[in-house]
Amino acid sequence: MALVETRPVNRIKQNLWDKSYIPEIVRGLAITTRHFFRNMNPDKSQRSTFTREYPEVPTVYPERYRGLHRLMLRADGQVRCVACMCCSTICPADCIHIEAAEHDDPAIEKYPRVFVIDELRCIVCGLCVEACPCDAIRMDGGVHIPPYTERGAAFFDRDLLMERGGLSLAVQGGESK
Amino acid sequence: MVEVLITVIKIVAIVFVFAMGVASLMTLLGDRKQSAKIQNRVGPNQAKFFGFSLGGIPHFIADGIKMILKENTMPNGANKWLHTLAPALIFFPALVGWAVIPFMDHYCTGSVRTLADYTEVCIDGEWKNYFSIMHSDAGLLFAFAIAAVSVYGAAIAGWASNNKFSLLGGLRSSAQMISYEVSMGLSLAGVLMIYGTLNLNEMVRAQGYLFGGWLPMWGIVVQPLAFFLFFLAGLAETKRAPFDLPEDESVIVAGYITEYSSMKFAIMQLSEYVATVFIAALIAILFLGGWQVPFLYADGIRFLGNHWQPFAENPDLWYYFTIMLRIGAMVLKVLFLVWLQFMMRWTLPRFRYDQVMTLGWKILLPLSIANLFITALILTIL
Ligand code: SF4
Ligand code: SF4
Repeated sequence: MALVETRPVNRIKQNLWDKSYIPEIVRGLAITTRHFFRNMNPDKSQRSTFTREYPEVPTVYPERYRGLHRLMLRADGQVRCVACMCCSTICPADCIHIEAAEHDDPAIEKYPRVFVIDELRCIVCGLCVEACPCDAIRMDGGVHIPPYTERGAAFFDRDLLMERGGLSLAVQGGESK
Repeated sequence: MVEVLITVIKIVAIVFVFAMGVASLMTLLGDRKQSAKIQNRVGPNQAKFFGFSLGGIPHFIADGIKMILKENTMPNGANKWLHTLAPALIFFPALVGWAVIPFMDHYCTGSVRTLADYTEVCIDGEWKNYFSIMHSDAGLLFAFAIAAVSVYGAAIAGWASNNKFSLLGGLRSSAQMISYEVSMGLSLAGVLMIYGTLNLNEMVRAQGYLFGGWLPMWGIVVQPLAFFLFFLAGLAETKRAPFDLPEDESVIVAGYITEYSSMKFAIMQLSEYVATVFIAALIAILFLGGWQVPFLYADGIRFLGNHWQPFAENPDLWYYFTIMLRIGAMVLKVLFLVWLQFMMRWTLPRFRYDQVMTLGWKILLPLSIANLFITALILTIL
């Protein structure tokens, strides 16, 4: 005959009073009542609700929040991007479209003739910012990607992205100017 | 003619203003706001009157409008006649029961004198029934009979919907209500023996007695076990959590309400809330002294054999004052009990169905029979 292995479970013996559940029901009621009255306190700071009343009270974004992209500018207001394609290559959502063009200035090799980010496809991973060798693209504006009612509005082109941009402290082309 | 007018006013004030008002507020304040407070949430606050959220109260108007505007669907193969009839069958008993609920003693056209045994008699006048719709000597029986009728609504709704979940919900609700009605009635038998009347107003009057001059002989004092049993059975009767098996949404979708939409759904929900308020009113009358305010009588305040008479020069003024206080006391007691029922609802998890039946038949019923025997024994000895 096969042996069945059994494990005796030490059950806590309940007496009749415990089994009637009255003490537990009273305890439960005490807890819920405590919460109820604490949250009825006219002084809102004394309540234990942690709901953020979002549309009325704006959300405070953390310092390193990633949001809408922006393209940084050179000192003379031109786009910093050198159309190296690093960002569009690494982008897992494949949503950066760049067309490179020759720059007139011989010191600058290329510039993006077209630079479009499909913000609706973007998964806000931030890899494009990490990949950029010359601090040309950032997501640090503290502005989240807005909702769109129209598909076309989600395509942010170069000029739009540059409008949101600013000067970068990084020196273009490295230490030696 | 005047009598008819008074009756109409009473019906409007009690049924439509009080019962419906409290019930529809409960859908919001009781269910959504109270649960939010318990669970550290804010609850609904986005529907606004001129920019004020008013504790979320405008939501119930918004809900009502939404319900009216929704499509009224009826499932294929449903019995149209019964499917339409069922909400009315649930709603009707919930409202009719209020006919016997007294919100205040009868009005005395003469002057009221309180006797040594704390009963009030009307001198140089007669009692006028101004504060309950119907003065019936079988008030309690009427209330129970009406409450029992609401089983039909749920059962018919479940059957007529042509949906398995609805049918299960209807069966569950009828089984549950029938089981708990037994212990509900039996737990009250002790109370009936003590007061010796079925008239709800007389019962409340009897609770004005002060034992030893300081302890109001409310039902909860003389019959604590019966109060407990009745409260539990009442919870089960109104299908509130932890006894909301008929609408067990994780098991049978929404029970017998599954196939209802639009205002039919709203009516069914609302009548459940009205039933909750009704049970609260019954408990208040039977066990918490109804409209009685301790130590306060129509001709003054009595405590430990002492008797103060405020406004002694103008007893009428004091009488009106007591009327106001007593109506207020009744309303407050009802609101408190409703609050407590909702508190239970948001505290306790749902029972399993066999546990509900076990609790009803194997625990509440024997206990209420025991309570009946002990009460009878004590009454015989005394
Ligand atoms: S954040 Fe990520 S998904 Fe969005 S554009 Fe940059 S790399 Fe692509
Ligand atoms: S944004 Fe940066 S990574 Fe992208 S193409 Fe321009 S320079 Fe290269």
